Amino acid sequence: MDFNDSPQEAAFRAEARAWLAAHAPAHVLTPGEKIPDTEEADRGRAWMRELYAGGWSGLTFPKALGGRGLSVPEAVIFAEEEGKYHLPKGPFTSIGTGMALPVIAKHGSDAQKARFIEATLKGDITWCQLFSEPSAGSDLAALRTKAVCAGDGSGDWIVNGQKVWSSWAHLTDWGILVVRTDPTLPKHKGLTFFVVDMKTPGIETRPIRQISGASEFNETFLTDVRIPDANRLGAEGEGWACCMTVLMGERLGSGAHRSGVEPLIDYAASTPDGHGGTMLDDRAIRQQLAEALAEEQGERFFQARLRTMVSKGENPGALAGMVKLAYAGRYQKTNGLALELRGLTGIAPEAGDTQTGDVQYDYIYSTVMRIAGGADEVLRNQIAERVLGMPGEVRMDKDVPFETLKA
Amino acid sequence: MNFDLSDEQKMLGEQARALLSDLSSFDRLRSLIDSGAEWDEPLWRALAEMGFLGAAIPEEHGGLGLGALDLGVIMDALGAANAAVPFMSSIILGAEAIRLAGSDAQKAAWLPRLASGEAVATFAYAEGPGPVFATGAKMAGGKLNGSKSPVADAGVADVAVVLVAGGSFALVELDQPGVTRNKLDSFDQLRAHYRLDFADAVAEPMPGAGKLDRLIDQAAVQAAFEAAGAAEACLHMARDYAMERQMFGRPLAGYQAIKHKLADVAVATELARSNAYYGGWAAESSPDDLPAAAAAARLSGIKCLELAARENLQVHGGIGYTFEANCHFYYRRERMLAVHLGNRGFWADRLLNAQPGSQGKAA
Repeated sequence: MDFNDSPQEAAFRAEARAWLAAHAPAHVLTPGEKIPDTEEADRGRAWMRELYAGGWSGLTFPKALGGRGLSVPEAVIFAEEEGKYHLPKGPFTSIGTGMALPVIAKHGSDAQKARFIEATLKGDITWCQLFSEPSAGSDLAALRTKAVCAGDGSGDWIVNGQKVWSSWAHLTDWGILVVRTDPTLPKHKGLTFFVVDMKTPGIETRPIRQISGASEFNETFLTDVRIPDANRLGAEGEGWACCMTVLMGERLGSGAHRSGVEPLIDYAASTPDGHGGTMLDDRAIRQQLAEALAEEQGERFFQARLRTMVSKGENPGALAGMVKLAYAGRYQKTNGLALELRGLTGIAPEAGDTQTGDVQYDYIYSTVMRIAGGADEVLRNQIAERVLGMPGEVRMDKDVPFETLKA
Repeated sequence: MNFDLSDEQKMLGEQARALLSDLSSFDRLRSLIDSGAEWDEPLWRALAEMGFLGAAIPEEHGGLGLGALDLGVIMDALGAANAAVPFMSSIILGAEAIRLAGSDAQKAAWLPRLASGEAVATFAYAEGPGPVFATGAKMAGGKLNGSKSPVADAGVADVAVVLVAGGSFALVELDQPGVTRNKLDSFDQLRAHYRLDFADAVAEPMPGAGKLDRLIDQAAVQAAFEAAGAAEACLHMARDYAMERQMFGRPLAGYQAIKHKLADVAVATELARSNAYYGGWAAESSPDDLPAAAAAARLSGIKCLELAARENLQVHGGIGYTFEANCHFYYRRERMLAVHLGNRGFWADRLLNAQPGSQGKAA
């Protein structure tokens, strides 16, 4: 066991660090500064282009597809170093490289790979994900958006329905889309996967106003949207397998960030307690900070164990969900504590105090982290079933034709 | 980065688990309690024979000279079996205190005997209610006066390393007129505790000063391995029972109320084990990181076993409240492990104190 980098890893980290030091500062976002979505999108695209020009885009993708053909540990090292800068990454770039490209690489035709992978890595194409629907979130396979053959000999598909929670859909070029093509089959079997040009007539995106105040999520309405069959990914009826590829990529990509406990200790240590000491002297606060710190470190070291598994060619499977489950809940608790430590100024900071604004945002944002990418409850089911081998949920809809199910 | 145990370490853990599953069944634990035995002496002899007692004792003193992670996999297995042996007292604390702070003569006299299991040691630190690491006992002119209580495994120990005034250690043979051992009513029925009174007891000062922090940091990491092993055993016990038990026409394990509870136990256990790995690595390879690593491991260990032991009994329902079911072994041991070596408040202070620039007054 060695927690440190191997000599090769250390050399790669030094190379990454030097490149980032030279190129990242020009792209960083100012903490607390609110900029319009369009500007953030433009800056995200500019960072993608910089990465590609420097050879740091698509690290694990094969060289033949425009990537660099490196190992997962190397990609992780780069992500750790990149994470030290507050860059315009967000869902905007991560959906393309983290979700759309893996499914295209695994299930796409040669023509689709040639068309989309390098262009995405270069920052020329941006992506959104059209998966969830108003009644199909955690139960994604309950989706009702349907595609039928155009019937005019073109082989095109005509799509109708509504998607929701599609981050950045109003600003992106392409979407990954899963729809129902055969309602006579059980619900997981009649699905088909497409990539869709977001400028196609019949697609309308409406921003959703979120509790954080931002509107990066959308509802997307698809009315008689025509998609050529060349944009189908994988075989007709194999959409669920494509979805699983996307979700596995998302799960492995999410996880432990070093987020928040150490700055919180510093904050407590520098805030007077009114008794001649600091907030860090308060035993109840010490206890909460220490517990949070121990959990945060546990997440980080558990992630290190999973990365070691991946580097040995093992698939962590549902274990990856354990990190996300632990992290999302702890992150909410940590930010709640951060607000509480600030007392009344936490809910109404003085002008110029951008730090508190960030904590407020993170506390609100933490609610969605426990829902998106696998809700806490879904992850607990997966851990119980796939890690502990406990029985699956009772399913009334299994093996029943989708069209006979009640909405 | 290679953040995993080596194949040799995994094999060592499997050997320990195999030995314990042969020799330390729950029926065996029940019969030890019924007979009033203080420990499982045949198991101790078997552990000695396999070389486990001397795993981390230097080769020049009759051990195998292995490291903290090797010890960790053994502690994990001992925790899983809830074994009734003084491994923490004699090996993790007693032998290690002698190795860290003893004179050459003390090491030569005791380490080979501890490695072979011929002698048993304990570490006497508490002095009743109050600070867990207490220093009221006094050494003067080769004599020790004062009391230590409770002291684990003192009934079977031949020698105690005693924490004394000034924070240093004294070595005291327990079978002598100056030492009175009074057995206490121990909450963990498989881990006997004693009150030790010293009245001009013959004692040797140990020359190494300032070793307490290092000793208890290392022991905290091992306690975290023990807790993670015990928590995993509780988790599997609860899962297996829930798979078997039918309720409302299907296995109890099929209900989300049970699945979600056990998923949370699984997560807490893996986080604790991950922190223990890091603590073991730090103890071997990065001593500057040990204080923070040990404290985090200790806190996570307490947390995961508390959750696991309580929910295990809960999942078993009424049957879990019987002596015949096995939940109570872990339920009692959990409280013992939660307060040995300092409770969570103690370790929370140490974790924060190990963060650069964040010492508070409570430190």
